Amino acid sequence: MEVFQLLLSGISQGCVYGLIALGFVLIYKATEMVNFAQGELMMAGAFVAFTLVNLVGLPFLLGFVLTLLVMAAFGMALERGLLRPMIGEPPFAVLMLTIGLGFVLRAVAGAIWGNEPRALDVPFAGEVLAVGGVVLGYENLVAIAGTALLCLALWGFFRYSRIGVAMQAVSQNQLAAYYSGVPVKRVTSLVWGISAAISATAGILVAPIALIDPSMGLVGIKAFAAAIVGGFGSLPGAIVGGLIIGVAEQFVGLYLPPGLGEVSAFVILLAMLFARPQGIFASLQRKKV
Amino acid sequence: MRFVLTTRYGQDADLFRHNGQRFWYALLAVLALAAPWFLTAFYIGELALVFIWAIAGIGLMLLVGYTGLVSLGHAAFLAIGAYSHTVFLSYGVPFLLSVPLAVLVAAFVGALVGIPALRMTGIYLAVATLAFERIVAYGVEHWDAVTGGLRGRRVPQPEFFDVPLIDDRVFYYVCLGVLAAGLLAAANLLRSATGRAFVAVRDSEISAESMGVNLARAKTTAFAVSAGFTGLAGALLAHKIGYLSPDAFTVQTSIQLLLLVVVGGLGSLHGVVFGALFVGFLPQAIALARDVLPGSVGQIPGLELGVFGAILVLFLIFEPLGIYGRWLKIRAWVEQFPLYRKATHKRQKSYLRTERVH
Repeated sequence: MEVFQLLLSGISQGCVYGLIALGFVLIYKATEMVNFAQGELMMAGAFVAFTLVNLVGLPFLLGFVLTLLVMAAFGMALERGLLRPMIGEPPFAVLMLTIGLGFVLRAVAGAIWGNEPRALDVPFAGEVLAVGGVVLGYENLVAIAGTALLCLALWGFFRYSRIGVAMQAVSQNQLAAYYSGVPVKRVTSLVWGISAAISATAGILVAPIALIDPSMGLVGIKAFAAAIVGGFGSLPGAIVGGLIIGVAEQFVGLYLPPGLGEVSAFVILLAMLFARPQGIFASLQRKKV
Repeated sequence: MRFVLTTRYGQDADLFRHNGQRFWYALLAVLALAAPWFLTAFYIGELALVFIWAIAGIGLMLLVGYTGLVSLGHAAFLAIGAYSHTVFLSYGVPFLLSVPLAVLVAAFVGALVGIPALRMTGIYLAVATLAFERIVAYGVEHWDAVTGGLRGRRVPQPEFFDVPLIDDRVFYYVCLGVLAAGLLAAANLLRSATGRAFVAVRDSEISAESMGVNLARAKTTAFAVSAGFTGLAGALLAHKIGYLSPDAFTVQTSIQLLLLVVVGGLGSLHGVVFGALFVGFLPQAIALARDVLPGSVGQIPGLELGVFGAILVLFLIFEPLGIYGRWLKIRAWVEQFPLYRKATHKRQKSYLRTERVH
């Protein structure tokens, strides 16, 4: 039974990694930029939700939806203000820019909300579901269900909606999409908005499991490992990579010497890069002559 | 604008292009040598730290600025240099032998990291080095026998002729000497075939390979040399901080090193020194600013990192060539004074350079 419980908490943690990884991959696919501040966007989302729900006192669902809107707008503003001037610069410059952005966001969050860990008021906090000797925390179940729902919604969005198809076009070939009349700049902005909203969802889902504090965005590094393990540029790969890393972390943490759980994500990442650098679901290839 | 008429082949190979440069560098050397005699002990110590940053910066600059390989894990090489130097010293190895040994250890590990790096480019490499750094950090925390674990480890401080190495002025001159030697070595390396191969790899791997550059060898060499320089800085840093513990070498240190090379100016050794001065003195400036600013702003936790990040963002957007690039522009403006045209340094409109296959 212990195994089952570990598996469940691993999966719920993995879902959070997967969601942040999804944010990375979305932005990468659409713009070939790597947003290292994705974890910080998650942190910002969690804090916005904390403000709306705990401090303003809105009902949880309303606060949740408002958070998504606020963060989507924030993501679009970031794209417009900071990332658009960087088009055509080497990828390294964009990487450094988002790393710097992450530091700024962390400092700003520390200045506004302080550095003490906070707890988000959620209606399902602390409740458990006992099935045949296995105790399941509601917050874990909600994280898993939320991720599944979000993935389904995203799949539908990219498959059936006009703007979703336009995003696919942009990710396949910007120039060709532009010539066919896709407003590439607006679509790119929107991708950033969606990506920020997904990260905010991850933040709200993880808030009942772990507390909110300005440095919670550091899990972004692990999510990044998840994105690469899954195959950078593959949306299902991001979720699968997140699950692998989340579950592995729980089991390594229990059965192997203390502290190894923390680095297991990186060991898996390096092993993956040695064995199969393109990830599980390879979708990108290197340019060759 | 000074035009140098080339009349001897030796001029092309010379380190300095004309006597004006010789004069200014000599003046700088005299100033640096005289500095300990008119500065307070505090600033001598800070300058020594700046020199150590600069030595590590040479390493990262060779890798990022000249070979185009991004490393987010250079703090690991700093740690490897510092710990192996400390271990050698405590086994009784003399200082002058222990430093080169530490450099060799760091360079060896760097070459090992460089081999898998051959298969990765750009972002993959950056993240792989980050993962490597985390794993080294884990090793530093848990390999008690060598590193002392979380409790840390005291660094033995050797003496020369009854003068302790850590004496302000002695240590200042040691760091200055190592930095000068390092800069000279790097400048010479960059003028050699190996250095030119680095630059070719940075600008285009495909054309470098077509021109006969051995990619595998160039990249591995770049990693080894870079790690060696950073390990050297680590060995000196160990004496500076006196007590090694895991929190001296974190991701933040790696990012600070990257900040150093970006703010200084990618692809120039001058940039290393500018960047080191910047990274070394920024904490002082922030500490001073804290006193001036109204209480609530000055007390923000993590203010320093936020300022670091903001400066990084501003430089990347407005001056991607860093302080050295800005200096070149100012110099061009002065030299051409009434005739300077605004469009000289205008950045061209550029488009997304895709790395994908369609």
